[in-house]
Amino acid sequence: MIVTFTLNGQEANVRVVTPASLLDVLRDQIGLRGSKSACEQGECGSCSVLLDGDVVCSCLVMAADVDGSKVATVEGMGSPDVLSGVQKAMHEAGAVQCGFCTPGIVVSATDLFRRNPDPTTDEIREALSGNICRCTGYGAIIRAFEGLAGAGL
Amino acid sequence: MEVHHPTTLSEAVAAVADGATPLAGGTDLMVEVNFGNARPENVVGLRRVSELKTWEGHRIGSGVTWRRIAADGPRALAQAARTVGSPQIRNAGTIGGNLATASPAGDGHPFIAAVDASIELISTAGARLVPWTEFFTGVKRTSMAPDELIGAVLLPEQLPERHEFGKVGVRNAMVIATVCAVVTRSEDRVTVALGSVAPTPMRARRAEEMMSSIANPTEADLAEFQRIVSEEVSPITDHRSTEQYRRHAAGVLARRLLERCLR
Repeated sequence: MIVTFTLNGQEANVRVVTPASLLDVLRDQIGLRGSKSACEQGECGSCSVLLDGDVVCSCLVMAADVDGSKVATVEGMGSPDVLSGVQKAMHEAGAVQCGFCTPGIVVSATDLFRRNPDPTTDEIREALSGNICRCTGYGAIIRAFEGLAGAGL
Repeated sequence: MEVHHPTTLSEAVAAVADGATPLAGGTDLMVEVNFGNARPENVVGLRRVSELKTWEGHRIGSGVTWRRIAADGPRALAQAARTVGSPQIRNAGTIGGNLATASPAGDGHPFIAAVDASIELISTAGARLVPWTEFFTGVKRTSMAPDELIGAVLLPEQLPERHEFGKVGVRNAMVIATVCAVVTRSEDRVTVALGSVAPTPMRARRAEEMMSSIANPTEADLAEFQRIVSEEVSPITDHRSTEQYRRHAAGVLARRLLERCLR
């Protein structure tokens, strides 16, 4: 079946023939490889995307089920020339080690700051609780967003 | 592959009757798909069925997400909702999916058991109401017929005055319960429901009976209550914990939750 949805503001049409995840379709059929594939069971958060404005794990979304929905991936957030507020904060705080979890963190933090521009440290930690960083670089990540809190995106 | 995207309950039920696999938040089904354990060829997505997302008073539609329950649910159910997975999982996962999967560790189950909620099952033949005691039949097994869909969870009109949820796990976020429990207390009654310590959610009925008649429990009463709960559960040793630890933790957790209800 052909699935039609809005991807980063533009219409996307993909042929889906298996119960494949949105993550696999994004990476392998559409070629957007910012969302990472790791645990494939919703534990690591490296595949986080916004589905109709809510952060979800794209590995747990059936691609065929996004027909008519809006999907935003990390590729739609900022650009290499103009970083988003979240990206800039992470860049300046050195909140990146190996970088594998970074796209998911950007998506989760973008979702957080859209809903709550002035989060407390606890709120930041809770918002990122579904994103695992195996370099354990959480300290710098949290500090990056503490600095952004209240500053406006 | 065939995928239905109904917007009405009757269309959704018809698709299920026709053999379609229901897909709610996907947080359980897609794990099975990703690991090659399931390959549904006929799927009915339930996200667009507004009737299933309706939450009116004591009737919580099966499609209500944990995120909504964390924000607006009755105290102990909201506490449970806050421990479900992560923000990503709570945005997708639903109370109906939690029931349909019927994992022994389902975070939503102790509340449902503690307040004696019922589950509404819908098929093309109509709706039937199943008490929670008859809904869960074993590890990941329920009394749902293949052509039935969970419509809603029905809580009693009057909830116990106090109710508290707690969960023991190896970390705070993204954790499957080693033991989870809800204790409720009203004027003349205490209920204790536990998850992850038996094939299905269970009530510690002897402990309830012992504590229900005591208005102001002493230290000795609380210790006895804890001991009975530990005795009543029937946990197993698996990759997450041991039988002995779960037995101990169940008693400690139930006692702490009761103490919170007494404050």
